[in-house]
Amino acid sequence: MTAVSKKKLREVALSEEEYKRVVELLDRQPNDVELGMIGVLWSEHCSYKTSRPLLRRLPSSGSRVLQGPGENAGAIDVGEGWAAVFKIESHNHPSAIEPYQGAATGVGGILRDVAAMGARPVAVLDSLRFGPLPESRRLFDGVVSGIGGYGNCVGVPTVGGEVYFEPAYAGNPIVNAMCLGLVPAARLRKARAEGVGNLLLLAGADTGRDGIHGASFASLELDDSSEERRPAVQVGNPFLEKCLIEALQELAESTAVIGIQDLGAAGLTSAVAEAASKAGSGALVDVAEVPRREQGMSPYEVMLSESQERMLLIVKRGRQAEVQKVLERWDLHSAVIGMVTGDGHLDVVEGREQVARLPVDVLTSLCPTRTLEAKPPDHSRYRLDLTEIREEPADPPATLLRLLAHPNLCSRRPILRQYDHMVGNATVVRPGGDAAMIRINGTQLGIAMTTDGSGRYCELDPYLGAQIAIAEAARNIAATGARPVAITDCLNFGSPDKPDVYWQLEETISGMANACRALDLPIVSGNVSLYNDTDGRSIYPTPVIGMVGVIDDYSKRLEAGFKEDGDFVLLVGVTANDLGGSHYLEVEHGVFAGRPPEVDLLQERAVLEFILATAAAGLLRSAHDVAEGGMLVALAECCLLSEKGMRGPPLSTGGDLRFDALLFGETQGRFVVSLPSRSMPEIQNLARKHRIEIQMLGMTGGDQLEFEGQFKVSLEEMKRAHQGGLG
Amino acid sequence: MKFGVVVFPGTWSDRDCGQVIEQVLGAEVRFLWHKDRDLQGCDCVILPGGFSYGDHLRCGALARFSPVMESVVTFAEHGGLVWGICNGFQVLCETGLLPGALIRNDVCEFRCEPVHLFVERADLIYTANLDRGAVLEVPISHGEGNYFADAATLSQIEQNGQVVFRYCQPDGLVVPAANPNGSLHNIAGIVNEAGNVLGMMPHPERCAEAELGGEDGLKLFNSVLDSMREVLVAS
Repeated sequence: MTAVSKKKLREVALSEEEYKRVVELLDRQPNDVELGMIGVLWSEHCSYKTSRPLLRRLPSSGSRVLQGPGENAGAIDVGEGWAAVFKIESHNHPSAIEPYQGAATGVGGILRDVAAMGARPVAVLDSLRFGPLPESRRLFDGVVSGIGGYGNCVGVPTVGGEVYFEPAYAGNPIVNAMCLGLVPAARLRKARAEGVGNLLLLAGADTGRDGIHGASFASLELDDSSEERRPAVQVGNPFLEKCLIEALQELAESTAVIGIQDLGAAGLTSAVAEAASKAGSGALVDVAEVPRREQGMSPYEVMLSESQERMLLIVKRGRQAEVQKVLERWDLHSAVIGMVTGDGHLDVVEGREQVARLPVDVLTSLCPTRTLEAKPPDHSRYRLDLTEIREEPADPPATLLRLLAHPNLCSRRPILRQYDHMVGNATVVRPGGDAAMIRINGTQLGIAMTTDGSGRYCELDPYLGAQIAIAEAARNIAATGARPVAITDCLNFGSPDKPDVYWQLEETISGMANACRALDLPIVSGNVSLYNDTDGRSIYPTPVIGMVGVIDDYSKRLEAGFKEDGDFVLLVGVTANDLGGSHYLEVEHGVFAGRPPEVDLLQERAVLEFILATAAAGLLRSAHDVAEGGMLVALAECCLLSEKGMRGPPLSTGGDLRFDALLFGETQGRFVVSLPSRSMPEIQNLARKHRIEIQMLGMTGGDQLEFEGQFKVSLEEMKRAHQGGLG
Repeated sequence: MKFGVVVFPGTWSDRDCGQVIEQVLGAEVRFLWHKDRDLQGCDCVILPGGFSYGDHLRCGALARFSPVMESVVTFAEHGGLVWGICNGFQVLCETGLLPGALIRNDVCEFRCEPVHLFVERADLIYTANLDRGAVLEVPISHGEGNYFADAATLSQIEQNGQVVFRYCQPDGLVVPAANPNGSLHNIAGIVNEAGNVLGMMPHPERCAEAELGGEDGLKLFNSVLDSMREVLVAS
C-alpha cells in the first residue's frame, strides 16, 4: 500500500481493499494508466459491483428473448422475423450538473446502444423526476429541451414517458432514457472482439478530454464539489450520431463487420475490455492511432475519455477499406486503432512504448462484488390511520380539479409538443394516453411501449412499489390491446452504503422478480444508478420499468380516450380501500403516508388477459388504466382525451368500501373501458370466464362528467385545470 | 411520374417521403444523394425535413452549397417542380429560390403538433386537387419555422399572391391565436412567382394515411401526381 496515495485512490474512486485486491490479482502494483482503467471499470456505474448479486434474482429468459442482459441492449422476437432491441439508461448526475447536455447525451448514449446491436432506433421514451416546481424549473426545462434537442435532430421520435415532481428529487433529478430499435432478427449484431488479428476500428467523433471520469463521477454522491466536475459532463453532437447510425445501417449486412460496441461510460477502456471479454479474447490498442480533437493528450486521457458519438467496430482483417468507404460516404472519421489478440490481455501501447497491460478478466469479471448491510428504515412517520380521516370528500368536483391540476397528474402536452413524436411515419398511438405504439412498416405488427416508475409507493414499501410499477406498466401496454412481453429496467437509488437504501434495493428487486415471474415478463436489459444523494439525503427508491408489448394487428389497437357518444362505460376490476400513498390523501388531507395498494398478481394477470381478449375480439372502443388519482381521474382523462363527457347514475359503495376510496383510491388491477352496447353480452361472458368483476358506470356523451344527483363537473373546467398544471 | 427525394447528412424525412410516395401513392421515388449532381430524370424534387448538416451555422445554410443543390437550382430555373418541406423550405430560402427566411419560433421552443392550414392557392400543381379556402390539418415539427421577410418583400409576396398556406383555426379563420411560431401574416407556405417552387413548414408526408391520424397531406401528393400525369401525357 505504499506506492499509492489516498488522494490517488479517491481520484479513481477505488477503496483501499479494492486496491489490495488489484495488487493481488496482478501480483504487482498497477501503473497510473492501469490504475485509472481499473478504477473506472470497477466503478459502480460500470461494474454493478453492489447490485450484481441482487440482479441475478431477476428472470431474464423467455420464449421471445433473443438477447438477454450483457450486451449493448436486450432483444426480443416480435414476429415476422423482426427483433425489437431496447434498453433504458440513467443520466441523472450529468443532468443535475448540466441539464440540457446531460439529458441530451443520455439520449445519445441509449441510441448508440441500440444502434450497436445492428438495429435502427425507432422510438425514445423518458422517465423524469424533479423537485417541485417552480424551484426545479431550470432543471426541468433544460432536461426536456435536451431530450427533445437530441432526439428531434437525430430523427427518432420520442413517443412517450413520464414525469413526477417530489421534494425527494430536489437537487438530484432522475433522467432515464429508453430507446427501442428494430432489426431483422437474423441481422442482430453482438459486441464481440472475435478472431485473432481482426482489427479494431474506431469510428465517429474524434477523441477529446471531455467526460474523463464520468463513470466514477456517476458513482459518487452529489455535493458542493459536483459543480467542479462539470468537465466530466459530455457535450452531444446529434448530427454526428445521425450520420453514425445511418452508416451502421448501411453496414447492416456487411460480413466485414464482426462486432460493434458503443463507447459510453469509461470510453475506450470499457468498450475494448467488454468486447474482448465477451469473445474470450484479448486486444491491443495503440493510443497513438486514436484520432484526437485536442493536442497533447496522455494515453491515460485517451483511454478514459468519454467523448460522445464514437463506435468501436471489430472488422475482418483485410476488409477495413470497404467499411471505411461507407463511413467516409457519411463524412465520418475512422481509424484502425488496434487488433484482436488471443492472450486474454488488454495491451495499451503508444507507438512502440507499452503503456498498460492488464488481464481482460481483471477489468471485467474479476471486479469484486459487494454485499452490504441491509436494514429497514424507520417508517413510523408514514403511519396512517384511515379511521381518523372522513370518508366523504367535501366537494368531489373540486378535489377532482385539484388532482387534474397536480403537476404529477396534469396534461403533459407542454412537454410532448417539444418532442418530435411522429417522425418515421410509424407512431400509431401517440403519447399522452397509456402506452404509445409504433407499427413496423410493411407489416401489421404494432409495438407498444411505456415507462413507469413508482418512487412514492416504493418509499412507503419498496417491495409493493416495485410490483406496482410492473403491474401498471403491463396495464398500460394492455390498454392498447398489445400483449406485454418484456422489460428493461433502470434502478435509481440512493447510496447503497446506507443500510436502509441497500434494504430498499433488495426489497425492490425481490418485488420485481416476483411480479416478472407471475406476469411472465423477462427483463432483457437494464441499468442501475446508485448514489443518488444530495447532501446525504437519498432520493425515493425509484425503479423505472420500460415495458414493451406486441400486437399482431395494429388496426385492432385501442386508445385511452372515449371514441363515440352513447357508448357504455365500465369499471373493470375490484376496488378496495387503497388510499395509502395516494395523491388524493396528499391533495385533500396534506398526508403522504400509509401502505401502497396490494398487488394481487393472479388477479392482475386475469385482468390483463380479460382486456387482451376483449380487445382482440373487437369488443372495446377504448381502454384506460386506473392509476394515480384513481377512478375519477381516469374517467376525466378519458373525457379530456376525447373531448366527450359521460353521465351515469349516482355512485354507491357496497360493503366496507369508503366513498373516497371508490372515487380516488389507487387500487391496482383496474381499467375503465368504453364499448358499444352490442358488445355487452359478450363482455359479460368473457368477464365470467376470466372471473373479472365489471361495473357499469354510465354512458359517454355530453360536455360534462356527471353522476346524476351526486355531482358533475364540466369538460371546460377539467380542461382548464388539466392544461395549466405545469405552469 | 418520378419523385426525387434529396438526402443531405442529417435529413430525416427522406424515408417518410419515400414511404408515402412508394407505398401510399404507388409512384416511383429516387433518393438523390447530396454529393451527386444527377437528378436522375425526376419530375418533382422534394427537399425533405431534418437537420441538414446539423443546422450548423443556420438552418439550410450549408445545404445550399452542396453539389445536388446546383442541379436543383438549375432544374427550378427551368420550371422543374421543387418542393421544400420543413428543412427543405429553409434550404430554398437560403438558396434564394424563395424569398424571406425562417427564424426561431417566437415561443423559443420546438413545436410538434397538428396545425390547420388555410389554402390560398388552388391553381398550383401542388394544390390542384384542393379548393381555394379549404382547410387542411397537417402536423408541424420544427424549432425554426417563424417566417420572416422585410416589409417590401412581404408586400411583394402578398401582392403576387405567393402565399399558399396560412396557419388558421379549424374553421379557417386566420388569426394570431392559430399561429404556432410567430410567422408574419401566419405564413406556413409560399411559392415562387412562376409557381413551380413550393416551400412549406408543415409535414404533409406525415398525414398521408388515416392510420397515422389523417390524410390531408396525401391531397398534395395526389395533386402533384395527377397534374404531372396530365402534363406528361400531353407532352
